[in-house]
Amino acid sequence: MTFLNVIYLSLLVLALFTFLLIVVLILTYLERKTLGRIQMRMGPMRVGFHGILQPLADGLKLLVKEDILPAWADKKIFWLAPIVVFIPSFMIWVTIPLAEDLVLQNLDLGLFYIVALSVLSVIGLVMAGWSSGNKYATFGGLRAVAQLISYEIPLIMAILGVAMLVQSLKLTDIVDGNFVTVTIDGHRTIRNLAGQHILPFAAIQPLGLFIFFVSGLAEIGRTPFDIHHAESEIVGGPLVEYSGIHWAIFFLAEYMNTFTISILTVLLFFGGWSWPEMPTTFLSVLWFLIKTLVVVMIIFWIRGTYPRLRIDQLMSFAWKLLVPLSFINIIITGIFLFYGWPFWSLTIMSLPFLLGAFYIIYKKSSSYTKHNTVQVYPAKWATQK
Amino acid sequence: MFTDQNLDSVDMMVNMGPQHPSTHGVFRMILWVDGERIIKVEPHIGYLHRGSEKLCEAELYPQIVSLFDRMDYLSNFNNELVYCMAVEKLMELQIPERAEYIRIIMCELNRITSHLMFYGAYGLDAGAITPVLYAFKERERIQSLFEAVSGARMMHNYINIGGVREDLPEDFAKRLDNELDQVKKGIDECDQLLSKSELFLARTKGVGQISGADALDLGMSGPNLRASGILDDIRVTEPYSLYQQFSFGIPVGSEGDCWDRYYVRIAEMRESIKIIEQAIKIIERGPVKTDSTKFLIRPPKGEVYVRAENPRGDFGVYLISDGSTKPYRVKVRAPSFSTLQALPHLLINSYLADSVVILGSIDIVLGEVDR
Repeated sequence: MTFLNVIYLSLLVLALFTFLLIVVLILTYLERKTLGRIQMRMGPMRVGFHGILQPLADGLKLLVKEDILPAWADKKIFWLAPIVVFIPSFMIWVTIPLAEDLVLQNLDLGLFYIVALSVLSVIGLVMAGWSSGNKYATFGGLRAVAQLISYEIPLIMAILGVAMLVQSLKLTDIVDGNFVTVTIDGHRTIRNLAGQHILPFAAIQPLGLFIFFVSGLAEIGRTPFDIHHAESEIVGGPLVEYSGIHWAIFFLAEYMNTFTISILTVLLFFGGWSWPEMPTTFLSVLWFLIKTLVVVMIIFWIRGTYPRLRIDQLMSFAWKLLVPLSFINIIITGIFLFYGWPFWSLTIMSLPFLLGAFYIIYKKSSSYTKHNTVQVYPAKWATQK
Repeated sequence: MFTDQNLDSVDMMVNMGPQHPSTHGVFRMILWVDGERIIKVEPHIGYLHRGSEKLCEAELYPQIVSLFDRMDYLSNFNNELVYCMAVEKLMELQIPERAEYIRIIMCELNRITSHLMFYGAYGLDAGAITPVLYAFKERERIQSLFEAVSGARMMHNYINIGGVREDLPEDFAKRLDNELDQVKKGIDECDQLLSKSELFLARTKGVGQISGADALDLGMSGPNLRASGILDDIRVTEPYSLYQQFSFGIPVGSEGDCWDRYYVRIAEMRESIKIIEQAIKIIERGPVKTDSTKFLIRPPKGEVYVRAENPRGDFGVYLISDGSTKPYRVKVRAPSFSTLQALPHLLINSYLADSVVILGSIDIVLGEVDR
């Protein structure tokens, strides 16, 4: 690798970083505006036209804010933690394509790389929680470990289902992926029945989409799975002692993760840039980003609607529902591939399990409301003393 | 090698409050937790102690009303009413009918604002960030009515000994009618938003259960007691003011868990609206204050205990007069204070995350606890 090559790559990474920074700024603004609308507020309105410069003002404020190191904190680990959280979530972006050839490094093991790196950020959260010397932070760090490790399994399994369909871990393959079946003697036979450019995998693997999206939400710690920085109990969890630019880096990583999960949802299940196909590259990238934005909006919508789960409920949801479902997803995909059935047969096989999962959730909540526990009695029934 | 003895774990002590976003003011709990499970609780109060009871001994009778405003700062009218009723009982004052109706309307409106505040804060405790704003929209309508009537949004100083400070504004009945229609819709909206949400049910059903007998033993009252299945409402069992004239329902729970405590309050708001609607129909023109309190108030020697149904429960005032212009002693029986006794009982063996939900469900106001 020549010197010029290094410079060139560094510039590319810088461009990617700038892109992500802008995306994060837009997302923070968008989240505040969306939540504002959901809550009948205007959201930020003061800085610039309709508060459009608010993210910049926030960033500037965080930059000049005092960076506090608690007296009990372990200095080295405390300062290192935000970097450890940020770097993996940034490195994932090396292999995420925005279009067929708009990608920094189109790895053959793209999905494997993403999954491997996304687990790493939890170490940063534990470091932050433990080194803060704060009990709430410790709680948050430990909760983060428990949660992220549990939800990693269904997430990987859901990704694996897609990888099985296209027989590749390369993200560009997945997007324009035609179905391939592996015949007994090892030759790949391409069946041009439907690829993502004709039919997105959401239609073929609705179960996988459900598992991926829900465990993705948990992975990035968003409502209703935001127990590791639950504001009402442990006051921000691992981030409780951070301020200034170090807090901003955590924040950056969190929004970057939100964007990553949304973009992965679109890549894996909604055909990325290739469904429906656009005439020019520019248009297809734009279309891709719009689809991602819709997923991001759904995440914000969920945040504005739902309360938070408790840790035991979170765990039982992962281990009792999502993990078995994700195994079922793998099995039915395997059956589908082995017998080489038409694509709609996988949909038909997935749907009962998906509906079954919804039914279990519905039944659980309706068991609570089966009989009305609060009744209004007429006042005369109360005895006068 | 490690043996079992070497691997003993130590329970962790977590200090919650007084600076904590969801301890409803400046309440402090010291929790001993084993993992996420609470095994011991030590509540600490007194961070908002302002010596109100002692201050009362240095003020003239009419001035004390403003101190009572500041006790349960979410249901000011109800507090004022109890104190004024105590003095009136001591003086054996008969107050004009119109004043009684105005008092009832104001108190019931205040009950709605208080419960709406509870609703919003409870959503936040459970982690839902939207309900609070929907609750405050409705609360704002009633607050504007309070502002029109008393000139203040919180510390009204409106109910006075012998009646109310001034008559209702001219267009009050019309405004009340409009706002109540909106508030009714708003309450239904709030109900839909949170009550039957799967995650909210999962967080509150079966959490912090307490039986009716235990609740009585630990001094719980008001909605908290009714949620445990005990039909008890001082407005009915020991009628004061003109509450006997109204027909309304008493919501009673059966499980005594957080959801019941929550839903009893939602149902209570609807009942309060019924009372207000009846009151505004039968209210007639007339004086709003007795003439006998125009000069210095000097109740006869003696003592009196009056209690009433506040949004938070049984609020009692024990008043001793030595015949002078200032009370000899004022003792307040604050419902939140008594309810806090049950907190360790409710919290033991629940999860750390539930501690916030349970504390929110008993709806304490620290201004009243510490006084």
